[in-house]
This record gives sequence, structure tokens and C-alpha cells, in this order.
Amino acid sequence: MPRLVSHPDEVKIVSSRFGKGAAAIDKYIELGGYEATKKCLANGPDWIINEMKASNLRGRGGAGFPTGMKWSFVPKQSAKPKYVLINGDESEPGTCKDHLIFLHDPHAVIEGTIIAGLAIGSKVGFIYLRGEYRYLLEIMEKAVADAYAKGFLGKNIFGSDTEFEIITQSGAGAYEVGEESALMESLEGKRGIPRIKPPFPAVVGLYGGPTVINNAETIATVPHVIDMGGEAFAAVGTPRNGGTRLFGLSGHIERPGVYELPMGYNLKKMIYEVGGGIRGGRKLKAVVPGGSSTPVLLPEEIETLGMDFDQVGKAGSMLGSGGVVVIDDQTCIVEFALRTISFYAHESCGWCIPCREGTDWLKKSLTRFHAGFGTAKDIDNIQYLADNMMGRTFCPLGDAAAMPTLGFVKKFRKEFEDHLGGKPCPFAKHGAPQLTVV
Amino acid sequence: MSPETMSIFSPALAARFDALAAKYPVRRSALVPMLLYAQDEIGYLSDAVIAEVAERIGITELDVRNVATYYSMLRFKPAGKFNVQVCTNISCMLRGAYDLFERFQDELHIGNKGVTADGVFSLEEVECIGVCCWAPAIQVNYAFHDDLTPDQVPEILAQYRNQVRDEKKNA
Repeated sequence: MPRLVSHPDEVKIVSSRFGKGAAAIDKYIELGGYEATKKCLANGPDWIINEMKASNLRGRGGAGFPTGMKWSFVPKQSAKPKYVLINGDESEPGTCKDHLIFLHDPHAVIEGTIIAGLAIGSKVGFIYLRGEYRYLLEIMEKAVADAYAKGFLGKNIFGSDTEFEIITQSGAGAYEVGEESALMESLEGKRGIPRIKPPFPAVVGLYGGPTVINNAETIATVPHVIDMGGEAFAAVGTPRNGGTRLFGLSGHIERPGVYELPMGYNLKKMIYEVGGGIRGGRKLKAVVPGGSSTPVLLPEEIETLGMDFDQVGKAGSMLGSGGVVVIDDQTCIVEFALRTISFYAHESCGWCIPCREGTDWLKKSLTRFHAGFGTAKDIDNIQYLADNMMGRTFCPLGDAAAMPTLGFVKKFRKEFEDHLGGKPCPFAKHGAPQLTVV
Repeated sequence: MSPETMSIFSPALAARFDALAAKYPVRRSALVPMLLYAQDEIGYLSDAVIAEVAERIGITELDVRNVATYYSMLRFKPAGKFNVQVCTNISCMLRGAYDLFERFQDELHIGNKGVTADGVFSLEEVECIGVCCWAPAIQVNYAFHDDLTPDQVPEILAQYRNQVRDEKKNA
């Protein structure tokens, strides 16, 4: 069972109910739950969207799009039904925050979904969980049933004349379904192949209706924004980056875990103070700041780096999903790059050629390189391949594969060169993963 | 599906399917979860499962196969009663997932995607399962085991072997 951690620097907003039994609806209500929904029912959609805009809450899935703005793009009048779709297909390597939300605070997800529905004028919300999260789906299903039993969901929610239904859905194993248009395809019972944009989901989404798609952490944050007030939430973070974030510290860290820290928290402090430093007293070699698709950072790059979307972007990487993967000095970066690209090659749906071919070639090149059979030209070829994938695919999976690869080659070129000429790798003992399809 | 048609689904699974399919604006929205639930009950997506799901949704078998092949959890041949899935993605790899994976191979005498002769276990190297902060982790069917060392492998396997033994005793 995932363990909870804590540190004095944490500001517990989204995680405030973790470990308190809030999966039980009565406990959730006792802890102040569902008050935000009542407030929203009383104040109406324009008020909700204004609070969300004031909060500076940005999408926690990785793209960091302002949530209030996203909701405001949905047309008020629509011939087709509008939908809310919650993305709980959490699959970005290094990321396990939504796991804890579903486990400890499922009603926050329900509440956020209802509020999003009220804001855009939708009557139906879908909560999609990755197939591997079966026990969490069961927790969500029970929470939804309990909310129906209390009259918080259904034809007349909280005794009002407003209707809202929630349907939970299981995936069946697919990283790419975490991309919003692929998610809609999957929910429509198809292969998770991304759709071309425009039109954007806010205009033509699920079943052709206007759709708002939010990450599970984003939506679980919504009731807290309403409870606190948008401005108070914004004040916790940095300019344009409101509130807190669930940062997942993993890899070679002394005290791994999910910590809720204000946006803009210094990454070095996060690793050395919150996470207790590098495991076994070793030295830091590199950090992947926001899930495996985000370009690697060097120790000297994290000294003054604040963890918000803008600062990490300026440093040449991305805040992504907030999954901080810590790498010590006994790790082979070529092996790490190979394991990273192997994942994206495995998950590429094959729809766009640059991604399908690019990930496969990168994996082959890195496998050969890591085995000691690389040539000097291969380093440039890896870079050339990755460069040519960037921005040339329907969905961001191509970029997600190319970006980290470019980072590894650029920042650790020497280590790649050290693998030339059949020299044994000084660190690693493993080849390519055996993720063949049977 | 008419009641006189033979179903390979249990009454509970059939009822779950009907309830699921009726919830959505479009019936085939039930397809992906339904395939997984059917696999949970029958063990894998056999020709008969594909045929029945196709008929219940009202689409062709080819269409069902086309969708099913996209999802990595869906399989077309039987796995062991307990499918041991070892994550070796980055967060797990950094904390010894490959040593763990090797230990499972040694203990079970099978390789990746192998099934033990008695059909009790199968082994699979898998991608990130969302337990990164408690790595290295595995999933046995849907149950997570986290923060593991290779030394714990025999104990985990014994736990599942005992479960089989107890079931036999009670049968």
C-alpha cells in the first residue's frame, strides 16, 4: 500500500484529507466536503469561472493550461450535449500522484467534476482511470454510488433542479490514452488514436459534443479553490502559477514519496531537504523534473530553480506531471536514455510516421550504442532523428520521446562518447527491456 | 444477445455488461472495459470472447480485435492464474527492478511472457504502473506489491501458492 510522507514545508491543500478516511462520504462531509459544490450551485457558472481564472490554477496533467480559461472556451449554447471528462489515465513514468487522490480523496474528484459540469453547463461527467488502477476504480465506483445515495448526483443534485450524472470508466493499458483526444477515442470504444486539432475538444469533443478534459489532480484541486477563494489559492503559488502541486519524488532519493509543495518551490531544496538527499550519501548526477518526457537537468541547473511551469520552461525543461526522478552518480545515462525511449517506442500507436519510426530507430540506435557498438556518427544521428520528430506528430507522444533524448545527448555527450569503441559501460548491466508484444 | 443463445459469460458478467452498455450515450463505449472484465473472468480474449463481445455490442469481430490489439493489458492467449507484472521503467529501474525481475525468472524458471508448467504463474516485464514513489513495484493480477527487494520474492510467490493450495483443499 502506498505510504504517505510529510515534511514541515508542505502546504497541504489537495492532500489535506489524505490518510483521514475521507473515501467514506460521511467523513468527507465532516471534513468540509461538498460545501464547495453547494456554493457553486448558489453562485452560478460565471462566478465559478471567474474564481477559477483568479486562482491561476493550471492543468496538472503536464501542459499547464489555465483551467478557468479552458472552461471559458466551451460555448454556452450547444445543440449537442456537453461533457466533462476526467483524465485518470496516469501513465507518465515517474508519476503516481493521482493514485493517492483516488485512494484517499475520491469525493474531491467527484466534487470537482460536478463543479466543472456546473461551470460549462454539462449534465454528464466521465471519470476515466487506467486499467491497472482496478482497486482505485472500485474505490471511485463506491464513492460515486454513495454520492448518488445522498442525492449529490442524479436528477436533482442537492435538492436543486440541476441534473448531473457521473460514469466511471476503466482503460485497459495505454499510455497514449492520457492524451486528451486519444482519451475520447478510447471512451468511445476505439483504439486510442489521437485526433487532429482543431477542432479542439471544447468545441467538438466526446461524441461530438463540447467537452472539458481535466487531469484528476486538477479536478481534485477545484473544490479547494472554491473553498479558499480563487485569489487566496493563487497567493500560495508564484505569479501565473497558482497554489500547490503534488510533487512525486522517486528514484535515488532518501525519502521518496508524494509531497504537496507551493508552486515555485526550489528544486534543490525539494531534493535535499524534503526528500532527504541522495540515497546512500551518493552524489546527484541529474534530475528529470516532471515525468520521463521532460528534458533532464544537471545539478548546477537546479540551484535556484523554482518549480513552476514558467521557471522550469525557462530552464529548458518542463514542469510536466510533477514527477521528479532523481538520478545518482552511479547511473549510466545511456542506459537511462535507452529505458526512456523504450517506453515511448512501446507506447507509440503507430499512427504518425515520425513517432512510429522515430521511436523505433532511437531505441535501436541507443540499444546498439549502449551495447558498445555505436559509432561517433550515431550520436549526431540520434540528435537528428529526435530533432525531426519534434512538432511533427498528431499528439505530443512524439515530442515526449524526442525531448528527453535530445536532453540526454546534449547534456551528457561525453558519457555517450565513453561508450564508443566497444568499451564496457562503467555502470550498467542491463540491455534493452523485453517488452515484446506476443 | 437473446436468452436462448449460449453465453460463455457468467450471469454476473452478463448483467454487468448490460448495465454498463446502457449507461453510455453510445453502446460501444462499454467495449474497452468490457473486454478487460471478460478477460478477468475467462483468462484471455479467446475467439469465443471476441465473438460474444462483438455480438453484445453490435459490431463485427474484426472491429473488436482491431480495438483490443491496441491495449497492452488485453491478451489473446492464457496467462498464469497469477500474472506477475514487474515494472522496470525508470523509477523502478533506479531502485533495482531488474534484479527483482531476474529473481522472479530464477524462482519461477520462466522468462518474460512465460507461464509456469502448472499454470499458476506467468511473468511479464511491464511499463510504468503508477507506483513510482514506492519503487520497485510489481502487480500480481491487480494487487500491488511495492518497495520490494529480491529477497522478498520467494515469500510473495509462496503467498500465492498457498492461496492455490487452500482453494484446492476447500474444493
